Amino acid sequence: MLRLEQIVKKYPTGDHALRGVDLEVPEHQVMALIGPSGAGKSTLIRCINRLVEPTSGRIWLKDLEMVSLNARELRRARRRIGMIFQEYALVERLTVMENVLSGRLGYVGFWQSWFRRFPQTDIDHAFMLLDRVGLAEFADKRADALSGGQRQRVGIARALIQQPDLLLVDEPTASLDPKTSRQIMRLITELARERNLAVIINIHDVPLAQMFAQRIVGLRQGTLVYDGTPEGLTADRLTDIYGEENWEGQFKAEEDPATEAQAQIADARRFDPVV
Amino acid sequence: MSIKANSTRRWRPPPLISDPRLRWLIIIGVVVYLYFALSSININVDRLIRGLDRGSRMFAGFLQPDFTTRWRDIQAGLIESLTMTVVSTVIGVIISIPIGFGAARNMAPMPIYLFCRGLITISRTFQEVIIAIVFVVMFGFGPLAGVLTLSFATIGFLAKLLAEDIEEIDAAQVEATRTTGASWLQTVTYGVLPQVSPRLVGLSIYRFDINLRESAIVGVVGAGGIGATLQTAFTRYDFDIASAILIIIIALVMTTEIVSSHIRRRLQ
Repeated sequence: MLRLEQIVKKYPTGDHALRGVDLEVPEHQVMALIGPSGAGKSTLIRCINRLVEPTSGRIWLKDLEMVSLNARELRRARRRIGMIFQEYALVERLTVMENVLSGRLGYVGFWQSWFRRFPQTDIDHAFMLLDRVGLAEFADKRADALSGGQRQRVGIARALIQQPDLLLVDEPTASLDPKTSRQIMRLITELARERNLAVIINIHDVPLAQMFAQRIVGLRQGTLVYDGTPEGLTADRLTDIYGEENWEGQFKAEEDPATEAQAQIADARRFDPVV
Repeated sequence: MSIKANSTRRWRPPPLISDPRLRWLIIIGVVVYLYFALSSININVDRLIRGLDRGSRMFAGFLQPDFTTRWRDIQAGLIESLTMTVVSTVIGVIISIPIGFGAARNMAPMPIYLFCRGLITISRTFQEVIIAIVFVVMFGFGPLAGVLTLSFATIGFLAKLLAEDIEEIDAAQVEATRTTGASWLQTVTYGVLPQVSPRLVGLSIYRFDINLRESAIVGVVGAGGIGATLQTAFTRYDFDIASAILIIIIALVMTTEIVSSHIRRRLQ
């Protein structure tokens, strides 16, 4: 599905953000990318859709090589990659619906988008997604009127309406409270499963990563230092990734399945339209 | 605690210029210059008294504004001024938008940026009256010169402030729009424009307000509008008519200012 070969990124300032990263993500896999601040996590996922130009290396999205694309081909390729951002990155002064529909910009012409004349199928899809994330009645609210968790759900809808093959998620929970963080992570992973997407999630919160990802990759100073299951992430491995620290207590956050199921029921109720 | 033991350490805010010799040199220099500058202005008491006399006649005229005698001229001047204002604001805003985008460092490549910044600098360097004189010389007396002047001045004002606003937008919103595979124009209209549009509208209304005031001034040097009528009244010593015109200008400017600030407040 996605294959990175020897990705190197050197910033003009001399920062060596990525030092030859090889990575393969199969379809339907939710992969969490962890590592200390400045390890190159953001740079790595931004190299995939070339918001950051890699210095060298190759990126294969199925059979398409991303690095060699020209501007036009890149725009077409970006339609297949959805992205969810740390501070939501919604266009604040546009409505929720406009934000969601902006995920279709790659498919419509300029004047069509200028006059907001999106195809009916896109509008149906947008309403369906807003229903799914529990924001149907917010369609005509301005994005800056929403709370953090609601904004991130709009961000999720915007990424999914692209009907992408791959979802890049950059610190989706960094500015959310613990409960909302879990709801957002659950929503992302559920929707990814429903739609058979490959997902790469940058995340600081290790227990959250272990709870929702099938695979964990640890990045340290631009090099992969861990690639394995959530369970395999022991204190020693955490030391490999983050450096020496007392990891006592890090693993107590794991939840027992019963409370998890309860939370899901509570969430399902939460997403019902509030009257 | 030994607060008492340490209380001998005194503290004063550091002076702006640390070298005391330089500091005193500058202070004395300024005082000496002021003395000579003031003494070089020769105040002619005789002329002052005659001026006061003329002033009092002028004010007497102003106390009895005459709206009726030359109402047709005043009306024509007013309509011309308003037309000049509307036309020049619209033209100026339309030209300013692309120049503003070009002059934003985060939008345009270096050559375009420098070109647009250059245009803005030229427009801002010269005061409206100077530009008006140039255009009057080029295109003759009348409102055409006035419209060109105000349009040109609008570009310097609006494009500069728009560019600064664009440079301060949230880059994440633009990045997110770009990620969807949007074209450059779509990225601008979805990611950038919504962020700057309230300010763009607010600035345009503000500029309309300024252009109305300026249209009276550029008229004085022959670029049409109510300013030309005012100039005629003054040269004929028709102070009562000039007074009427001034009152109308004040009322008009105040009205637009109130309306424009009201609209701008509601925009955010």
